[in-house]
Amino acid sequence: MSGTSSSLSPGFADPAHDAQRLFRRVLDAFSHPGRIVSLAGAAVGPGTISRATTAYLLTLADRDTPLWLAPAFDRPEVRDYLRFHAGTPMVVSRSEATFAVLRHEDADPFEGFAVGTDTYPDRSATLVIEVPSLDEGPIRLCRGPGIDGEAHLAVAGLDDGFWRQCAANHALFPCGADLVFTSGSSLLALPRSISVEVSPCMSR
Amino acid sequence: MPDTSTPDTTIAEGAYNYAYLDEQTKRMIRRAILKAVAVPGYQVPFGGREMPLPYGWGTGGIQVTAAIIGRDDTLKVIDQGADDTTNAVSIRRFFARVAEVATTTCTEDATVIQTRHRVPETPLKEGQILVFQVPIPEPLRMLEPRETETRTLHALSEYGVMQVSLYESIARHGRISKSYNYPVMVNGRYIMSPSPIPKFDNPKLDRSPALQLYGAGREKRIYAVPPHTPVKSLDFDDHPFEVEHWSECCALCGSKESFLDEMIVDDAGKRLFVCSDTDYCEGRR
Amino acid sequence: MYVAVKGGETAIAHSLDLIADRRRGDRGLAELTLEQIDHQLGLAVDRVMTEGSCYDRRLAALAIKQARGDLIEAIFLLRAYRTTLPRFGDSQPLDTAKMVPERRISAAFKDVPGGQVLGPTYDYTHRLLDFSLAIAADRPEAPTAPADTARTLPHVGDILAREGLLEPPPATPDGRPDDLTRQPLSLPADRPLRLQNLARGDEGFLLALGYSTQRGYGNNHPFVGEIRYGHVPVAFLPEELGFAIEIAEIDVTECDMVNQFAGSQDVPPQFTRGYGLTFGHAERKAIAMALVDRALRARELAESADSPAQDEEFVLAHSDNVEASGFVQHLKLPHYVDFQSELVVVRALRADVEARRQRAAEERAVLGQAAE
Repeated sequence: MSGTSSSLSPGFADPAHDAQRLFRRVLDAFSHPGRIVSLAGAAVGPGTISRATTAYLLTLADRDTPLWLAPAFDRPEVRDYLRFHAGTPMVVSRSEATFAVLRHEDADPFEGFAVGTDTYPDRSATLVIEVPSLDEGPIRLCRGPGIDGEAHLAVAGLDDGFWRQCAANHALFPCGADLVFTSGSSLLALPRSISVEVSPCMSR
Repeated sequence: MPDTSTPDTTIAEGAYNYAYLDEQTKRMIRRAILKAVAVPGYQVPFGGREMPLPYGWGTGGIQVTAAIIGRDDTLKVIDQGADDTTNAVSIRRFFARVAEVATTTCTEDATVIQTRHRVPETPLKEGQILVFQVPIPEPLRMLEPRETETRTLHALSEYGVMQVSLYESIARHGRISKSYNYPVMVNGRYIMSPSPIPKFDNPKLDRSPALQLYGAGREKRIYAVPPHTPVKSLDFDDHPFEVEHWSECCALCGSKESFLDEMIVDDAGKRLFVCSDTDYCEGRR
Repeated sequence: MYVAVKGGETAIAHSLDLIADRRRGDRGLAELTLEQIDHQLGLAVDRVMTEGSCYDRRLAALAIKQARGDLIEAIFLLRAYRTTLPRFGDSQPLDTAKMVPERRISAAFKDVPGGQVLGPTYDYTHRLLDFSLAIAADRPEAPTAPADTARTLPHVGDILAREGLLEPPPATPDGRPDDLTRQPLSLPADRPLRLQNLARGDEGFLLALGYSTQRGYGNNHPFVGEIRYGHVPVAFLPEELGFAIEIAEIDVTECDMVNQFAGSQDVPPQFTRGYGLTFGHAERKAIAMALVDRALRARELAESADSPAQDEEFVLAHSDNVEASGFVQHLKLPHYVDFQSELVVVRALRADVEARRQRAAEERAVLGQAAE
């Protein structure tokens, strides 16, 4: 292992309570798709990945959850940080990943990740996608469990092509990947159960 | 590399981890909970642990609660609708000890409510989490004992066996005789066991603003119903779903709307009816 | 006016006091020590460690004391403690050929390399109550030959396997086996998972199932190839060291069963295997486990599988006494809300029947009048 604890930025100051508090925010986000939650106050992380992504992974990833990093994030300081603080094994094959971290401009974000099976739809990956903003993009309508009627989604940095793939992912339900968008210290979740309109209903 | 499952040092009572479970176990349960929320009504297998309470006594609910609860929470625990039944007292005491959490009997004040067999009468609100203790999570289990079979039936949405069972009940009795643990359809996809709540409580699950989490410890399954999600009790056009009703009202608070427990109060078999939900009843007196 | 029953907290506190009092029993008698339990009720300790999946004689003795000798309760106590312990890693597989045996017998051969070692066994005791044990007394120590720790003890099965008469050990799936105490059982299970389940399984349940195979419910024609009981080293390989170090020595009982042969056009007939392993000295459990292990291989070996012991889902789902004990006893918990629901429904159904009877009677009366 390269890197030692002294050269790494710290993880959670108070592991049990930090993880609990952050998990409840994440649970709030999954229970209310489209809602933006703050993961502020947690670990800063290696800087290459956002604070929200760092907090999300420290909260949920460990040695039982293989992690796939997009090339932009697949750097020694990220790998060392996550290996040290979470014990997460890094994988190069997308199909083995429980979690994946991608950039909003990465092509074919869904390609190759596990979507579960009809009998075990839970055996699927969760994709963490870093975007420029969670609330400044074109507005799309979304519907599904957790949403009272319909909600507005304004994630920036994703084109119609992305949302077409997202619709195809939703069509696999109960299979499919779950999506988490992060920007800075904020996070928004879009479980596979949610349908998002491909075309924006208004732009900003 | 440090061992990530090493118990942290802020341990209640010294010998055990915060909220009893080690951090690695909590993460495993938390991941299962998020999957459950993402696929409403689907039973997510999880690596259930032995708990210090016996299987069948709420270990699933306790593990779910232990994985979500924090020092900012206020916990309410009910069994049969009451806060003061021995098992509810025992579980509440457990969390007060191992999670340093505030407890309450007031439904409105609670952020997390763990329950066995009832949904509170007071409508739940957004932000609250209702944790159900589930003995048999599989709604088809009594019709098909094999897990390998029922898993396939869910995968294929092949629910004819349930329809036939309900229909047979109508043919035999003239109505659906199922009174508790009455099966529901979640978001039009999965048939789900609402746990052994009376069917009286089923309508409260439909589009509830609160998050519903269901934990089955012995069977090692977690499932969920997110807020605002349609939960339909199974029925037929000519035999619509209906709930229990009583001609009596609560002897203590006079409620005509709540679920009533029937008690035998003398040797001659005299009956008395009182609210099963003790907090609701006390609030009305 | 009626007042609802209250006071759960106080009642529980008093109940705990009472059970502590009953546990201690007559204060005029000396209190049991953990050492006494470990040394004088050693087989109870062995069972609790085996089904509790935790090798710690002192903790098992403590659990037995706390449970007042209720072994299933003791197993539960030990399991609930075990589950909170941090994991540092997995040991290397035990090499039972390195066992220093206290006892080792083969029923399939008259003699075997390394010899038959009878060792301590109840097998040839006459089951006559020994009244001399009723009073504490000095008991002579048994003479023992010095253990030959240098010699390895080849398995009888391996000798047969060399000749092709016994199948090689069934192939295990690639990679590390799943850990039943960390991941939920998924079905169909592979053999490593089944063996974990059986090792933790209730001795009584496995005994009954194993017995049922002998009585024709899935018979697999077993011979005890070998039973051995003794001390084996436990090795651990720390990643940073790169080589294994011995960290402990434990007692285990191992049963290799040689079973009914199978063969096909391509594979010449050969005997098959069943396997049992326990902590401590627990031959009944090890043999029963081996019988059930072999029974559960029915499908793999293309045998018909219609007996209870061959039904993987049935066996694995019901073998655990901590699960079974909890769920059977949960019937003691209040269920009055569900019962009230049932009462309401049954009363409604009875009213329906009564109404139909009334209507029928009225119709008959009307018809009767019309006929007059």
